[in-house]
Amino acid sequence: MPEIMYREALNQALAEEMERDANVFLIGEEVGKYQGAFKVSQGLLQRFGSARVVDAPISELGFTGLGIGAAMVGLRPVVEMMTFNFAILAMDQILNGAAKIRHMSGGQLRVPIVIRGPEGTGGRLSSQHSQVFDSIYSNFPGIKVVAPATPKDAKGLLKTAIRDDNPVIVFEAERLYAVKGEVPEGELLIPIGKAEVKREGKDVSLITWSRMYYYVEQAAAELEKEGIHPEILDLRSLRPLDEEAILATARKTNRVVIVEEGWPHVGMGAQIADLLQHKAFDYLDAPVLRVSGLDVNMSYAANLENLIQPTLARIVGAVKKVLYLEEK
Amino acid sequence: MASALKKETLLQMYRSMVLIRRFEERAAQQYGLGKIAGFCHLYIGQEAVAVGATEAIRPDDYVITAYRDHGQALARGADPGMVMAELFGRSTGYSKGKGGSMHLFDIEHHFYGGFAIVGAQIPLGTGLAFASRYRNEDRITVCLFGDAAANQGAFHESLNMASKWKLPIVYICENNRYGMGTDIARVSAEAEIAKRACAYAMRGEQVDGMDVLKVYEAVKECAEHARSGRGPVLLEAQTYRYRGHSMADPATYREKSEVESERKNDPIPRLRDYILRVKAASEPELDAIDAQIKKIVDEAVKFADASPEPSEDELWHDTIVEPGEPDVRPRERVLGEKVQWPSYPSGKELKVTWEIEPSGKTEKKVG
Repeated sequence: MPEIMYREALNQALAEEMERDANVFLIGEEVGKYQGAFKVSQGLLQRFGSARVVDAPISELGFTGLGIGAAMVGLRPVVEMMTFNFAILAMDQILNGAAKIRHMSGGQLRVPIVIRGPEGTGGRLSSQHSQVFDSIYSNFPGIKVVAPATPKDAKGLLKTAIRDDNPVIVFEAERLYAVKGEVPEGELLIPIGKAEVKREGKDVSLITWSRMYYYVEQAAAELEKEGIHPEILDLRSLRPLDEEAILATARKTNRVVIVEEGWPHVGMGAQIADLLQHKAFDYLDAPVLRVSGLDVNMSYAANLENLIQPTLARIVGAVKKVLYLEEK
Repeated sequence: MASALKKETLLQMYRSMVLIRRFEERAAQQYGLGKIAGFCHLYIGQEAVAVGATEAIRPDDYVITAYRDHGQALARGADPGMVMAELFGRSTGYSKGKGGSMHLFDIEHHFYGGFAIVGAQIPLGTGLAFASRYRNEDRITVCLFGDAAANQGAFHESLNMASKWKLPIVYICENNRYGMGTDIARVSAEAEIAKRACAYAMRGEQVDGMDVLKVYEAVKECAEHARSGRGPVLLEAQTYRYRGHSMADPATYREKSEVESERKNDPIPRLRDYILRVKAASEPELDAIDAQIKKIVDEAVKFADASPEPSEDELWHDTIVEPGEPDVRPRERVLGEKVQWPSYPSGKELKVTWEIEPSGKTEKKVG
């Protein structure tokens, strides 16, 4: 199986879906002539032309709304956000519009739109360019939210998202674009709402998604050295949440640590912890712990930036705590 | 010219305007009785804009508007009983009672809603027009909004894209002079909205929005402009609402004398006088229409009142589209009538020939 970068996997997904369905078009800042701020849309303008790879002005609210309007009459737009930090300007259209149009019209309309782009720590970009929006978007009924970690999941989930008849938010991450992984050529559809056990284990469940998956893999490798065998569940989708998979791993290992890049207060992890206490209470041998970004704004300074994100030490520490191995 | 208008068109306009007026008066009454709740924005005074615009475009053109939407829905041909039922929050409403007064949608008649965030429908309407251009259809979009919406970023962002990409859309600003209680001139550096078009290198015009014939002529011309590929138009219809912003607004921010003087411009008597003057119809003919409309509105109220509330099970529908789930066709669902529903070429049939920038090259400006 060929090994390609995350950005190339997304590019394949876009190209294949645009080839398959002329209703699919891409719109966003720098997606055409510039070939994509992160090169996700490389080559697409040349292949599909300027009406299907639309270089938009810097008007996030405007071009997102335009995409939603086009979706109301059957086109299948993919709106690229250069980063989800800029999508804050378009939130009215996404959350007041796309998420509610099916409902407000009493089922007369559907909005098959994908809004995709990177979120999370950008890398020395300070606080306006390093935010996680997982829990904000996932809070809203009427939209689906996915956050693939691997190139394979990125391709399969983006293709499925484009074919979905609902608005789908696809969270990528700036620091994932160059990550490589095996991706099957051609048709690959990964269902929305299905998590995947990325590492089988028996002692503790590490539940994560998106870029934190790699942090968790690293932590698992450390823990293995000490004879601890963690299971890693990659959620892949944040709404709908794969409750079955979350409960299954908890019932199997009886101990859970949730690792997320976003802030702790009202974060995604709180939702998962709620689910666990509610539906897996009798299976738990320790309180569910969460490792998240620190509850502060992101700093530019390298040392602070590292500390704000979940660290290997914090993840390993949390695992030892739920195993009652920590002497504190 | 207006005088050349066929009798049937004039009577249709009259019928439509009187229907909106009587419907809105009854809505106000029913609001007072507690049958309608929430925000209810009446269209009384502005009828000439929705009616003139609707009669000037094709039935398959797209229309989208804000929350003051009863008039546009009725002008477009929505069933008055089902509109009233939506206002009542009943299952027989266009949105099963889930949307209410501010969210009317009648897709069968290409009426795309009904949006309650000021100006948010402007990018959406721009997207409808984008889709028409993308599919190389000759249909246009009429996107309506109030004067206050012209101070939203959504307005500026949309006009810029629509003009740059020559989208087939007519933006109609219904300038009724007040954004809720604030005189538009108090908060606008330039209160003549049409002038803003020049910033986006597009046509901008004003029309007397209290004269349905003038609105009709203006929209016809603007629609022709947009349909022929020459790009969007911003048309400012100067109009006036006789009631408050919503049923909750006693409108104390304007003088009674202002409202009284504007009443002299009432678009309905103006059209009636015109019809009689050109002898397109007789007094008894118009009286017959009035009586017929009164009956339609009476029946609409009865229909709404007799309709049940949505079933509790409806809570769990229409949030997410399930695979294979069809769209709801309201008149088919409620009245059992077979309706024509919009359909479009599949992704295999569609050939996109439009190039926003031919051969992927950016335009170079000389000088």
